[in-house]
Amino acid sequence: MTQPTLPDARGRFGAYGGRFVPETLVPALDELEAAWRAARADPAFEAELRELLVRFAGRETPLGEARRMSAEVGGCRVLLKREDLCHTGAHKVNNTLGQVLLARRMGKTRIIAETGAGQHGVATATAAALFGLPCDVYMGALDVERQALNVFRMELLGARVIPVQAGSRTLKDAMNEALRDWVTNVGHTHYIIGSVAGPHPYPALVRDFQSVIGAEARVQCLEVAGRLPDAVVACVGGGSNAMGLFAGFMGDPAVRLVGVEAAGHGLATGRHGAALARGTPGVLHGSRSYVLQDAHGQITEAHSISAGLDYPGVGPELSYLKDTGRLELLQATDDEALAALQYLATTEGIIPALETAHAVHGARRLARELGPGGLLILNVSGRGDKDVDTVRKALAAGQARPKAKAKARARQAVRRRPRRRAARATRLAGRTS
Amino acid sequence: MTRLEATFARCREARRAALVTYVMGGDPDVKGSARLALACVEGGADLLEIGVPFSDPIADGPTIQLAAGRALRHGTTPRDCLAVVRAVRRRSQVPVALMGYLNPILAADPATFFPEAAEAGVDALIVPDLLPEEAGELTALATRHGLAMVFLLAPTSTPARVAAAAAAATGFVYFVSVTGVTGARATLPTDLGEKVAAVRAQSRVPVVIGFGVSTPAQARALGGLADGVVVGSAIVSRAAAPGPLPRRAAAVRAFVASLAKALRR
Repeated sequence: MTQPTLPDARGRFGAYGGRFVPETLVPALDELEAAWRAARADPAFEAELRELLVRFAGRETPLGEARRMSAEVGGCRVLLKREDLCHTGAHKVNNTLGQVLLARRMGKTRIIAETGAGQHGVATATAAALFGLPCDVYMGALDVERQALNVFRMELLGARVIPVQAGSRTLKDAMNEALRDWVTNVGHTHYIIGSVAGPHPYPALVRDFQSVIGAEARVQCLEVAGRLPDAVVACVGGGSNAMGLFAGFMGDPAVRLVGVEAAGHGLATGRHGAALARGTPGVLHGSRSYVLQDAHGQITEAHSISAGLDYPGVGPELSYLKDTGRLELLQATDDEALAALQYLATTEGIIPALETAHAVHGARRLARELGPGGLLILNVSGRGDKDVDTVRKALAAGQARPKAKAKARARQAVRRRPRRRAARATRLAGRTS
Repeated sequence: MTRLEATFARCREARRAALVTYVMGGDPDVKGSARLALACVEGGADLLEIGVPFSDPIADGPTIQLAAGRALRHGTTPRDCLAVVRAVRRRSQVPVALMGYLNPILAADPATFFPEAAEAGVDALIVPDLLPEEAGELTALATRHGLAMVFLLAPTSTPARVAAAAAAATGFVYFVSVTGVTGARATLPTDLGEKVAAVRAQSRVPVVIGFGVSTPAQARALGGLADGVVVGSAIVSRAAAPGPLPRRAAAVRAFVASLAKALRR
């Protein structure tokens, strides 16, 4: 794997990234950057993190074989990077363990975090509990409602969950409030950002801690398939699981990097979370990146059935990769994500998180396009237990097909596949960007 | 001599700190916020800050967040805030600083917005999420149009950063008194005097202190430390109190007068 050359010294990925924060935070960001650089060069730090990832988080995660899905999509081999099997149920713990070690290195005695779906909040609360640090998690009041299970999990882990009533009452507002807390308590508090967003050094630092996903997947893929994949696919909200996977293949130009954004009610409705596909460059939460905004620079509300993708911004490196053409974009609507969740459940026996379900939808389309002989890796970034209630309600409200029908359709699709593949591949070719 | 320089010189001559007051542009509407700004002038404000509302104001506490929310509910834009400044200019030559976050300013297109702002009578820009190291181009553009670019310093700022901000600033430097967001505080840090003195020793331009100042007694205490004292949330909360606008404007005028009196020692 080649070492990443970006960001530059100012934290820029081309025109994106940088630091756009109140002055009060700058010394803390400088301190964090220095601690991170020193830690990366310190074998003792690496060893301790490695030990935690293996013996606490359960790494390495398997690269599974999606046999029935491969058959259903027409023969493209689909490998599943099982981050859902990480302790706490998602990839988020890779980063929180790393950052808690950094916090301890810097002598910080309190942890704060923002969370959308609650996965990052749970992973932060977990890491804080492991090191005996008090932890406050900011969560949009709307997300507190729709992710009640994760709220309770955080509380069981000893964290305090602070509902944020401002704005859209989702992830963006939680991040605002966490930044305000950090500005106020910066002396003794470390802010664990969960995505590859925020001011420098967070986008690079979080990518580094998550790059274990891509590093493992690359080695595993060479082992089981004897070659690199044609494409790697991940959902993109802020982009931490995507950058974690992509990092392993950045130096392999033949490997397509495919991000799947939340199309919510549909891109045309304006009710979506597709910052890369429909946003414009702007400054939000400390860095310059694509962002959903109106003509006057006010941030617009995102929408997604998945709380983790319900965010109007995206990590700056992904913006850079979009502009350079290295990143390909797909989208999945709420309904498509719901269907994809049921699809992976009935086809592979895995209930993915709603965030991940967007990637499942994209991977399924891409696999049909690649056809027999194709090889792709799908990042199963998290498990769906937290979403069961949301899915149950959505299905009851008739937003998607009942499970039995989806199952029947999946079976049918396996039988009918050879006739339909060519037509679908043609349609898909027009859709990928 | 610019309006800013003249104002600070006049205050220095009177051996007192300048009184800097903040109102949110577009709250309750363009005309109303101009009226509230003029109430500050009538009360004795030396320098006005007009807030440009943003959807995600990470450096602001609840009072100014709510004011921004009200201004945005009826679609206040950065250019609407220039209309507030024009309305003030028709009645007063008090210097005016626009204070707002970077994204709406970028969206307004600085290349056209800055000359419009200068023409409207704006003297300075305060952008709380723009650091000196990221501000090179915008500062050059602002300077070209006669607008001062004000940078913020904080209790956490290192000596190197104090030097950099003092070197980059034009107009004045804004020292944030507390580690935290805007909003009233019962008490202010005890080591403020030393910190402000260190900044003033480095700065060629005047240094004002803001964040957390909400009473005449606090203003008086800080007035002895700096070239100016900023009061924001305490004015905004009076401007947003229930009741008809004339009564609120009168309350703002009376409160600002009490601050001005405290600074006259």
